[in-house]
Amino acid sequence: MAEKKPKFGTPPKIPGWVNYALVPLMNLLAALLISGVVIIIVGDNPIEALQVLVYGAFGYPEAIGYTLYYTTNFIFTGLAVAIAFHCGLFNIGAEGQAAIGGVGVALVCLYFDWMPTWLVIPLAMLAAAIFGAAWAYIPGYLQAKRGSHIVITTIMFNFIAASVMTYLLVEVLIDPNGQSPESRSFIESTWLPFFHSVIDMPRTPLNLSFIYALVLSGGFYFLIWHTRWGYEIRVVGQNETAAGYAGISPAKNIILAMMISGALAGFVGVNEIQGVQHRLILDFTGGYGFVGIAVALMGRNHPIGIFLAALLFGALYQGGSELAFEMKNINKEMVIVIQGLIILFSGALEHMFRPKIEAAYRRIAFPKPAEAR
Amino acid sequence: METFQIIVLLLDATLRVATPLVLAALAGMFSERAGVVDIGLEGKMLGAAFAAATVAAVSGSAWVGLCAGILTSLMLSSLHAYACVTHKGNQVVSGMAINIVVAGLAPTLGYAWFRMGGQTPALNGDSRFRGIVLPFAEAMRDVPIIGYIYAELISGHNIIVYMAAAAVPITAWILYRTRFGLRVRAVGENPHAVDTAGIQVDLMRYKALAVTGFLCGIAGTYLSTAHGAGFIRDMTAGKGYLALAALIFGKWKPVPTMFACLLFAFTDAVQARLQGVALPIVGEIPVQFIQALPYILTVLLLAGFVGKAHPPKAIGEPYIKER
Repeated sequence: MAEKKPKFGTPPKIPGWVNYALVPLMNLLAALLISGVVIIIVGDNPIEALQVLVYGAFGYPEAIGYTLYYTTNFIFTGLAVAIAFHCGLFNIGAEGQAAIGGVGVALVCLYFDWMPTWLVIPLAMLAAAIFGAAWAYIPGYLQAKRGSHIVITTIMFNFIAASVMTYLLVEVLIDPNGQSPESRSFIESTWLPFFHSVIDMPRTPLNLSFIYALVLSGGFYFLIWHTRWGYEIRVVGQNETAAGYAGISPAKNIILAMMISGALAGFVGVNEIQGVQHRLILDFTGGYGFVGIAVALMGRNHPIGIFLAALLFGALYQGGSELAFEMKNINKEMVIVIQGLIILFSGALEHMFRPKIEAAYRRIAFPKPAEAR
Repeated sequence: METFQIIVLLLDATLRVATPLVLAALAGMFSERAGVVDIGLEGKMLGAAFAAATVAAVSGSAWVGLCAGILTSLMLSSLHAYACVTHKGNQVVSGMAINIVVAGLAPTLGYAWFRMGGQTPALNGDSRFRGIVLPFAEAMRDVPIIGYIYAELISGHNIIVYMAAAAVPITAWILYRTRFGLRVRAVGENPHAVDTAGIQVDLMRYKALAVTGFLCGIAGTYLSTAHGAGFIRDMTAGKGYLALAALIFGKWKPVPTMFACLLFAFTDAVQARLQGVALPIVGEIPVQFIQALPYILTVLLLAGFVGKAHPPKAIGEPYIKER
């Protein structure tokens, strides 16, 4: 493979690893640096905090289990946000879609618990997908057919979902024998199998849905880059007008992408409700939907990137709770600060370092010959 | 007389709830009219609320707290401008990042500084904005109807409520009657034309976002030093998003936006009273439905079922000069 000589005047090509590895890494470092400053302000040692964080996330088998359990949620929401991004849509509503997906899971686990386990599990997953997709369908439809801006409608739908959840848990699904707003516990035959019940490891919330998330990541790759649906979604995302001329319906694909997005977000309910809590509770979505945006941004909407970013945020969640225990001046909100800074640097300020890094790379990789000056 | 009193008290509560909404929605108006989406209203308010409560607690003066609140909010909105105007970053992501950072930072600092689980010490005396009794309020109280309205509804609020009331006509005047306002609107509608006329688009957007920061700072300060007495975690509780909804519901215009804020605040005030009360015809309305009503209304408006909202044309797009 002979290297093609670049045409005169065109800037030399920047290799992929600069864009896909170096730039995100620099953004991450900047976010960690600022977080370190915050830790100094608070009065602790940032180096020590980082050590605690990494040990708390990966240092012992139980920690790894928890980290992967959080990672599962972030894979779901990351993929959800990513498929919307591929269609040029910004789905801020993963939080609400996850909550409604959880309702679907809970309904199956509450009312179909006479079925055998091998039937309940796929049924619950299907319900999560249908409920999540239905909740995302409305903003998708409104964007496609009535031109309402998806960012605003999905924000509104998050609040509406929160109200629906409160209503359901206070008035309808509440455990008649309980006081707090939550449903009765599911019977054990509807639970997803835990990892610790199958292989030899300490008790952690890690369950079957982690494997499911990995399978879905593979499916996501196949769907987006190797099927007609994925192709059409990407074309609409790149240029709606061009898509229209090519005979691809933007409206249909916008709705389709949003529904797949909602379905993916809904699977958070499978992990949380069927896998861990074993009952429907309020606020089980815990901000996973919002962090999904960061995961998709950092992972460049590619399943491998999303997995790595989800792992990073999973580690942050798990290591962060350790941080609150170990360090005297840090409480668990510190993790939210780090998260926010990562979103800031890898999302909003993504164009800050890139030109400089690219220029530096050019200077190092393609030094100007002396006579050219 | 009984119903009359209840209505006046409801409206009184409405004003108190509406104040931060009006200020934040007007803040959002400057930003969005200049073409910059701002879902970071929530974060700016929360940041200002924390800074104001902290400084007021330490200094003992609510006014110094107000300055700190405004300063903090200004810093956050400059960060937003730096990300979205200077570096052409995604405006929604930037706003969100600000919301998340502040939601974490305020309790983190609060915990480290005050050791009260992320809260700030309770404020009292001069470290809070207290109600102002307007002249003749007590003397007028006995005058039927008007006197009671004057004494209960109009008099007795803190200074920020009156600031918010004044902010509406001032904003309308700035946006529609001054050169600055014309340029802000132009930058949001057609930045290329503005650039051709020799006005710096980026600078205009920075200025508009500075006004946004200023107003959000007052709104946040109101929450922690006037309405409440100290900072509590997540005390904005979605008010920034509600203000955004009001801004859209008011079709990005000052007076309709104010009415949207009042409507949303009124549903909030009514909701507390309607709990468990069976209404004629419809029966008992779930509280959650009333809570969700502002959002449902906004979605319906956006969908074009209730009027039609026309956002500023260049909203959400970073301005890139053609070369």
